[in-house]
Amino acid sequence: MKRELKKVLGAALVAAVFLIGMALPASAAGPAQKNLILATTTSTQDSGLLDVLIPVFEKKTGYFVKTIAVGSGQAMAMGQKGEADVLLVHSPDAEKKFMTEGYGVNRLIVMHNDFIVIGAPADPAAIKGAKSTVEAFKKIAAAGSLFLSRGDNSGTHAKEKGIWKAAGINPERQKWYQQTGLGMGQTLNVAAEKKGYTLADRGTYLALKKNLGLEILKQGDPILLNVYHVIPVNPAKWPKVNADGAKTFSDFMVSAETQGIIKTFGVEKYGGALFFPDAGKKEDDLGK
Amino acid sequence: MNLIIEGIQKAFFLIFTLDAEVLGITLLSLQVSGTATLISLFIGISVGTAVALSRFPGRQLVVSLINTGMGLPPVVVGLFVAIFLWRNGPLGFLEILYTPTAIILAQAVIATPIVTGITLASIQNLPVNLRLQILALGATRVQMVWLLVKEARLPLLAAVMAGFGGIISEVGASIMVGGNIRGYSRVLTTATVMETGRGNFDVAIALSIILMLLAFFVNAILTQIQQRERPR
Repeated sequence: MKRELKKVLGAALVAAVFLIGMALPASAAGPAQKNLILATTTSTQDSGLLDVLIPVFEKKTGYFVKTIAVGSGQAMAMGQKGEADVLLVHSPDAEKKFMTEGYGVNRLIVMHNDFIVIGAPADPAAIKGAKSTVEAFKKIAAAGSLFLSRGDNSGTHAKEKGIWKAAGINPERQKWYQQTGLGMGQTLNVAAEKKGYTLADRGTYLALKKNLGLEILKQGDPILLNVYHVIPVNPAKWPKVNADGAKTFSDFMVSAETQGIIKTFGVEKYGGALFFPDAGKKEDDLGK
Repeated sequence: MNLIIEGIQKAFFLIFTLDAEVLGITLLSLQVSGTATLISLFIGISVGTAVALSRFPGRQLVVSLINTGMGLPPVVVGLFVAIFLWRNGPLGFLEILYTPTAIILAQAVIATPIVTGITLASIQNLPVNLRLQILALGATRVQMVWLLVKEARLPLLAAVMAGFGGIISEVGASIMVGGNIRGYSRVLTTATVMETGRGNFDVAIALSIILMLLAFFVNAILTQIQQRERPR
C-alpha cells in the first residue's frame, strides 16, 4: 500500500516537472518591452482581419502583439487607464473626446466599411422600403418589432444610439428592444435565432452570413458609414505605455503594404472586400 | 442536427490531422490547468489539513469562508486578478497580465478553495480514534499528519478531479486575464467562445468535444488510480 502511494506521488512529481517545463517557454516570449497591447473592437477580430495583419506586423518588427478584442468603448477605457498601448477603434465621437482629453496621440484614419441594418427576410416592420435608416428605425419602433442592440458601448452600439437619437426615439426599456451585451458575432447569432433586427458592421456580417439566414434590409445611407482609426495611447499620461511600439504599429496600419492587404482581405472568401483602406484621407471626404 | 454532425466530423478531422493550432491550444489548456491544479493541491492540502486538525477561535468562520470559496465565481476571480495585475495596479510590476501565467494564477485561486474544502472534510471525517492510536503508537506529529493524508487519499483524489474539472472548463477568468491571444494565451474554452462569436460553429463544437475528451481522459486516469484498491 505504501508502494502504491509512492507510485502516485512519483507520477505527480513527473507530471509537475513536465508541466512546469512546458510552461517555461510559453512565459518566456521575448523581453517585456517587446510586448504591445492592442485594444480593439470585436469586428476586427471576428472578421479575421487581425489574424492576417498581426503576423505580418510581428514578423516585420519583432514586436509581440497582445490583441485584446473588446468593444470600442472598453478599448478606449483601457487606453484611458494606460492599460493598452494602441487602439484600433470605430467610434468617432467617443474618439474625438478621447483625443481632446489628451489620452491619445496622432489619431490616424485606417479604413472604413459600412453598417447595415439586418433582419429576417420576412421583414415584419417593412423597413425595406424605408427612405432612410432613420425612417427604418422609426418603422421598427412603430411596429414594435424585436430589435437586438449590442448594449456594450461598442462603436456599433454608439452608432445605433446615434440613429435612435436622430429618429427622436428612446428605445431603452421598451419591450421590443433587447440588449445582448455581447460582441457583434454573438449578437448576430442572437438576432438570427430570435428573427430580430440589428445593426451590424458589414465585415462581421459577411464573415458570419453563411449560418445566419438574415438579410441586409437597409444599406448605403451616409449615416451608416463606419470608420476605423488607429490611436497610440499618450505616454505622457502613462509612462508604462509602450510608445515606440504603438507608433510602429500605427505607422504599419497606414503603410502602403498593409493598406493593400486590407483592400484584398476577404475578397476571395466572401466575394467582396470587408474593409476599404483609407490611409491619408479625411474622414469628412468618405462616403461622398 | 447537421451542424452537430459536422462539428463531430470536424473534431475528428482536427484531432487526426494533428492541426497545429488546435494541438497548441489543447496542450496549453492542459498545462495551464494542470499547473494551476498542482499549485492548488499544494496549498489546499496543507491548509485543509491544518484547519481540520486544529482548534482555534474563529475556526467556524474560516471553515465557512473556505466552503463559500468552493463556489467562487470565476468571473469575479478574473476581474480581481485582472485589476491586481494591471500595469498600474498593485502587482503591475510583474507584467504578467495577458499571459498564460496570469491564467494559471487565476485558475489556482479558483481551485484552491475547492481542494481545501474537500481536504478539510475528508480529514475531519477520519475517526478521531485513529489519530489517538497513531499518536499512542509513538508517531511524531508530522508522521501522524502524513498517515492521515494517506488514509484520506481516496477523497483527496476526488479533490484533484473537482479542482481540475472546475478550472479546465472555466472561461470567464481565462478570457479576462489571458486575453485569448492567438498562439499564446488561447485555451480551449476561450477559443470556443471566440469561434462561436465568429459563427464557426463547427470549429466551436469540435473544440468542445476536444475539451470534453481531455477532461474525460484526465479523470479516467485519476479514477483508475483511485479505484485500483479493492474495497476492504
